[in-house]
Amino acid sequence: MYSQGLIGSGEQTTETPEFLAAFQARIDADEKIEPNDPMPTAYRKTLIRQIGQHAHSEIVGMLPEGNWITRAPTLRRKAALLAKVQDEGGHGLYLYSAAETLGISRKQMTEELVSGKAKYSSIFNYPTQTWADIGAIGWLVDGAAIMNQVPLCRCSYGPYARAMIRVCKEESFHQRQGYEIMLKLAEGSPAQKEMAQDALNRWWWPSLMMFGPPDGESEHSDQSTRWKIKRFTNDELRQKFVAATVPQAQRLGLSLPDPALAWNEVEERYDYGEIDWDEFWAVVKGHGPLNKARVAARKKAWEEGAWVREAALAHAKKRAARQTAAIAAE
Amino acid sequence: MSEAEEIPLWEVFIRPRNGLAHRHCGSLHAADAEMALQAARDVYTRRGEGLSVWVIPSAQIVASDPQDRDALFDPADDKIYRHPSFYNIPDDVGHM
Repeated sequence: MYSQGLIGSGEQTTETPEFLAAFQARIDADEKIEPNDPMPTAYRKTLIRQIGQHAHSEIVGMLPEGNWITRAPTLRRKAALLAKVQDEGGHGLYLYSAAETLGISRKQMTEELVSGKAKYSSIFNYPTQTWADIGAIGWLVDGAAIMNQVPLCRCSYGPYARAMIRVCKEESFHQRQGYEIMLKLAEGSPAQKEMAQDALNRWWWPSLMMFGPPDGESEHSDQSTRWKIKRFTNDELRQKFVAATVPQAQRLGLSLPDPALAWNEVEERYDYGEIDWDEFWAVVKGHGPLNKARVAARKKAWEEGAWVREAALAHAKKRAARQTAAIAAE
Repeated sequence: MSEAEEIPLWEVFIRPRNGLAHRHCGSLHAADAEMALQAARDVYTRRGEGLSVWVIPSAQIVASDPQDRDALFDPADDKIYRHPSFYNIPDDVGHM
């Protein structure tokens, strides 16, 4: 899955102009930056924030889909959904590991998530009301994620780029399983087709919002672009997504819920209607349908799992102590 | 576990198939070696990526400091006589 364009980072850096110029020269030469390399504070902080938000998005993204595992219509669908949700958990772990190489601890990141301080992709604050939502999420939400993540495979920070390569390899199954669900529903009874259309109607606009605020308002894009953390602007990626998705919707025989959507011959791109950015910011700021429930679910899992973590460590220590004692006795 | 204690970090290495070396693929947290191996299996080999897994406590890895890069690796740069192209062999000798 994916974390939307970075929210809330305006990091300042305090290094000398020489240091910054030398760093920029490495970036411009397409050198990868590795964990112990010297790097500007702002580069480090931006990445910690971005990779952290991305990791949190993977983990929180398990919740809306996990909601349907027990109610998947067939065993085939259930096995696939289970595997997909497990992948999202794995993606979260790759990304947490990548962030940890920058000097933040896993524990700190988890605490920021369960305290509600950390951001994650706002799309996961919407509910999954019907089975068709699982199709729409795989097709649209994972589709949007792939648009965003493919360029991240070339990100200047080595561990992030390597994590993204693994993630991207695994994501294409996610999108295909979602589209297949939509296809089956769209070819089914009128009620099933209607269910698919309803899911598309509800997920379309939040999916477009996943790319983050329009270019003019995205304050961090410029520096991130210079540092090759970001390779395309939010609007460029959104446009690519629309262009890829329109024919897929046509093939399904479903209509995208935007009367303004049309091919612009002159510009050779799609025009689309106004995105409701007030809704986007409200959801980012915690006022989406399920923000509180999502964070509460993570907090509950973290707190109720504390005894397991404690027991595992105590067991490891006890075994290590026994081993030491046995060696000493020899 | 005191609240401040982190579960140890492990580095994961996977051999994709026999004949290839184990290769670093990421890291994970686990309380002990056995759990680290199980977690590595779950996190890094969901699609037949490996036939063998190594897990190593991250704290046990001794690494060179990137700041020492020049001191460590520059001396190799001016020893071009370590490369085969340094030596002039006439073409008529054939491939060597």
